[in-house]
Amino acid sequence: MICGRGWMFGSDIDTDKIIPGRYLDNYSFEFLAFHAMEGEDHEFASKVREGDIIVAGKNFGIGSSREQAAIALKHAGIRVIIAESFARIFYRNAVNYGLLPIISPNCTTVFKNGEEICVDLDNGRIFSSDDSGREARFFEIPSIVRQIYDAGGLVGLLKLSDENE
Amino acid sequence: MSEMTLCEKVLARASGKDSVTPGEIIEAKPDVAMSHDNTYLVYRSFVDTGATEISDPGSIAVVLDHRAPASTVNAADSQKEIRRIVKEFGIGRFFDVGSGICHQLLVEDGIVQPGMLVIGSDSHSTTYGAVGAIGIGIGAMDMASIWAKGSLWLKVPESIRLEIAGAPRLGVYAKDIALKMVSELGPMGADYCCIEFHGSYFSTPNLSERMTLCNMAAEAGAKCATVPSRFFKNEVTHSDSKSVRACELPDDKAEYGRELSIDAGALEPLVALPSLVSNCAPVSSVEGEPIDQAFLGTCTNGRLDDLMIASSILKGRRISGGVRLIVTPASREIYLSAMKNGIIETLIDAGAVVTNPGCGPCMGAHQGLLADGEVCISSGNRNFRGRMGSSEARIYLASPATVAASAIEGKIADPRSYLR
Ligand code: SF4
Repeated sequence: MICGRGWMFGSDIDTDKIIPGRYLDNYSFEFLAFHAMEGEDHEFASKVREGDIIVAGKNFGIGSSREQAAIALKHAGIRVIIAESFARIFYRNAVNYGLLPIISPNCTTVFKNGEEICVDLDNGRIFSSDDSGREARFFEIPSIVRQIYDAGGLVGLLKLSDENE
Repeated sequence: MSEMTLCEKVLARASGKDSVTPGEIIEAKPDVAMSHDNTYLVYRSFVDTGATEISDPGSIAVVLDHRAPASTVNAADSQKEIRRIVKEFGIGRFFDVGSGICHQLLVEDGIVQPGMLVIGSDSHSTTYGAVGAIGIGIGAMDMASIWAKGSLWLKVPESIRLEIAGAPRLGVYAKDIALKMVSELGPMGADYCCIEFHGSYFSTPNLSERMTLCNMAAEAGAKCATVPSRFFKNEVTHSDSKSVRACELPDDKAEYGRELSIDAGALEPLVALPSLVSNCAPVSSVEGEPIDQAFLGTCTNGRLDDLMIASSILKGRRISGGVRLIVTPASREIYLSAMKNGIIETLIDAGAVVTNPGCGPCMGAHQGLLADGEVCISSGNRNFRGRMGSSEARIYLASPATVAASAIEGKIADPRSYLR
């Protein structure tokens, strides 16, 4: 089970907001993390902690294929992103970097900003940890995605399949 | 065997199957795999996998276009690394700084052909559909996996049949149709789908216009977009491979998830308002909005016909005082042709800054960033907040004609008054 503070965002959070293009010449993961979400919330990088969760509306990660968007969030401490829907390239990038993207049609109405949210994949539950019984529905995680996530990301999976050959 | 859409045919061949159906997960081998300045990230993940050789170096293309020439020491360092990587691994198709934009080059050079599967680590890889290929964008780590094992997992998308009928009126271009398409579908209306274009609009073949449409399909969330080659048989190079050529056309009874149509003849010039591409309105509704910069370029609208339209409007005129007009040709070949035709001279005479071929200021890396509170009208494909510099700047998207007319007036202008 993964538990962490949930940060709420609206719909159409594009990759220019997650990590602006002008920072993409820098390949230091710490540098990218320092600017995570800067286009939407200047304070985000200083607030976010290891293990935190993003809760967002529709179309999270719309726009450019820049993988630095996933890298910035991952290295800022984010482990899980729960959104009403994802843009497809961002979704892949997130999984590849070991982030867990979860599609939940009612997440933004169930949770409150800053509260602790728990994700229990094995028992199929996402809930607020305050005993209020608030739970979000979510779509089953495709097996290929689960495989990559369980291997810690795509590189991990490729290494595993190499060893098994 | 069931009847398939163009995308399904291409994906079936690429995954070695007789047929595929939407929703199915396949392992597909691309005919071409392209990465750009993010090749350095590709390489880092590739090394992390433990691989020591690129599975099929002949299928790999690398283009330096996003910060070309290097805008910072960091960019210069990674580009230097990329040149080394290209040599070390024997990557044959390498386009260095100054060649142009990745999508333009791969089409222009005939590398992408009808029926091919092209995977690019760039979201506008949908553009390759303009020659009847299937182009899919992914991230750098997915590209590293293609380098390492030659293939990638993909979900077979549902296809949308989009019919574009009629001929556009004076002052209306492929860009206006593309903006209409994105506003009709919405920013996620084609999520995970392939848009297959049909209709009488395509009976006058024009590669550049098809590229504009396929390019902007990405803004509706499309995974890929394609125009079947029956509309332009003689205009592009076809593959020597029989099996690739067999994937050029959809089956007659293919099944589509949705069918939509756009009447091109009914459109007027459009603009996308800040800061979402689907936020479209007729140019007349924002006429007079003052601008600080006009930008003509990108993989959407930086081709010869685009520069030509703009120069025909700017000929003998000057851009408004206080406005910058940045022009970035999409490739060296386009730049050269525009020079020979006197287009570049006309643009410079009118007051334009003409940059080297590449992405230019499109993604806010260099060559014309915006300050707080500034307004830009761009022929590009994205107007998100912060896309071209300050997050307090605002970007409108429009056709090259509308961009040129606006540069002359210093405010958003209807191009039709310059075309009569
Ligand atoms: S021109 Fe703009 S949209 Fe096209 S590839 Fe370059 S940065 Fe991307």
